[in-house]
Amino acid sequence: MSLAETGFKVLQPGLLTLIQDAGRFGYHRIGLTNGGPLDMASFRWANQLCGNPEGTTALEVSIGGLVMEAQLDTYFAVTGANLPLKVNGVELEGWQTHAIKAGDRIELGFTQAGARAYLAVAGGFSIPVSFASSATVTREGIGGLTGDKLQQGDFLPCAPHATKAMYRLAAAYRPSFSQQETLRLVLGYQHASFDNVQKRLFFSSEYRLTDRADRMGFRLEGQAVRSSLTGILSEGICHGAVQIPADGQPIVLLNDRQTIGGYPKIGSVISLDTAKLSQLLPGSCIHFEEVSIEQSHNLICLAAHRFANTPLERIA
Amino acid sequence: MLIEVAGENALIVYFGETANPQVSARVQQAVDLLSQTMGDALVDLVPSYASLLVIYNPLVTDHFAVKRQIRALQYAEESDQPQTGNLIELPVYYGTDAGPDLQSLADNAGLTTNEVIQIHSEMEYRVYAIGFAPGFAYLGEVDERIAAARLSTPRLKVPRGAVAIADRQTAVYPAVSPGGWNLIGLCPIRMFDPAAEPTMPVQVGDRVKFAPISKQEFLSLGGEL
Repeated sequence: MSLAETGFKVLQPGLLTLIQDAGRFGYHRIGLTNGGPLDMASFRWANQLCGNPEGTTALEVSIGGLVMEAQLDTYFAVTGANLPLKVNGVELEGWQTHAIKAGDRIELGFTQAGARAYLAVAGGFSIPVSFASSATVTREGIGGLTGDKLQQGDFLPCAPHATKAMYRLAAAYRPSFSQQETLRLVLGYQHASFDNVQKRLFFSSEYRLTDRADRMGFRLEGQAVRSSLTGILSEGICHGAVQIPADGQPIVLLNDRQTIGGYPKIGSVISLDTAKLSQLLPGSCIHFEEVSIEQSHNLICLAAHRFANTPLERIA
Repeated sequence: MLIEVAGENALIVYFGETANPQVSARVQQAVDLLSQTMGDALVDLVPSYASLLVIYNPLVTDHFAVKRQIRALQYAEESDQPQTGNLIELPVYYGTDAGPDLQSLADNAGLTTNEVIQIHSEMEYRVYAIGFAPGFAYLGEVDERIAAARLSTPRLKVPRGAVAIADRQTAVYPAVSPGGWNLIGLCPIRMFDPAAEPTMPVQVGDRVKFAPISKQEFLSLGGEL
């Protein structure tokens, strides 16, 4: 078998499995959105466990149901949501590297906690990039194999690895997934159009995640908050922006958001917390907490430092 | 110029409160200048009508430094600005078979369909923003006589190449998509082709003029009805 022919065959694609790298940047000017993993921390750990460079192409598995057959010898790791992982029917642990042989069957069951798992392989999947990224954005039909989610029969090329160090991330460093989260938000954009009463309502109320939650944005339901603006001139929307349409129900905009829009925005959820949001299932409870832009930078730098300094346990 | 925090890694710069060619030219100049000067601190830029979203890497820089850089931009003379950008001519087959809302738009405006076509195609438009979908260019502003409110119920499927009006904006749909704009014709030129170089015939800051063509010309340019 030549190098170009080795890889994984998709036996069952699961509910929504997408090829993702770190995302597509620098193309907002022609209307292309970011894509990329919703839970960046879990994505990074999956690659780290496989000894891959940052941003190596992996799979984002929403809810579960992925079954693949390895057609090569290599190593893989699954992180993120808690879902049953089996190889040839034998249950294995997440958050650690596993060796796999040609002919082995990997099965990801359905999530028991969290919403999205990440599956990385040693060296990454060899997917041609479009606009400098392999990230799949189905709405735009860009990235991945064909711009779409994985389909039964798809073939994911990657190079074999006979020897590779194997690692495990200690349980203490893994995220836990709950049914409620407090999302830290930096006030911004049109926040001044929400008066003090509206802001207090926003920060003191409990919201529920609706089932209208996809990679573009998560719609919440709860106490309505009102902006004094009826409309704004369309403008760029950043990751995590919380837009409040006329019905007063917040929408948190995520990786596949439209690049520009015209609803008032109270601020933006920090990326460490959009990752947590993306792991919640419909019905989960959400609170918002205000942080300053300085605090948010501090949190990002501390998280980067912690990631760089968290040791992986070598298991083989 | 007003600079506001948008999020943990983004500032938004407002160059004015309304859309006009001078403000748009400022936005475009800022895009060019920041692309040249921000280096690896810059992640992405989203120019729109009167604003520019500047997305930066908070592990490389902070909002104070980015604000300083934005304030220090040296703009060219006012008088040069509205001339920036290329003039692109886009052929359009206007007709009730290509534009299902052409007749009703004309009726509501108290004009004939030919008058609507003439008014729409004699104006030069500015590309104010690109977004909503890859390659969707917001062009403005159409003559008030043919401005039209969005449909009360958006169509589930607008064909690729549809030339449309909403309020005082006009656009060409780059791909089949849902949409609530009034459709008046079809353009055979692809507004977004991932395989082409450049991927789009227009960019923010360019000027666009529509040239009426016959059904025959439309079909010979590869258009499909």
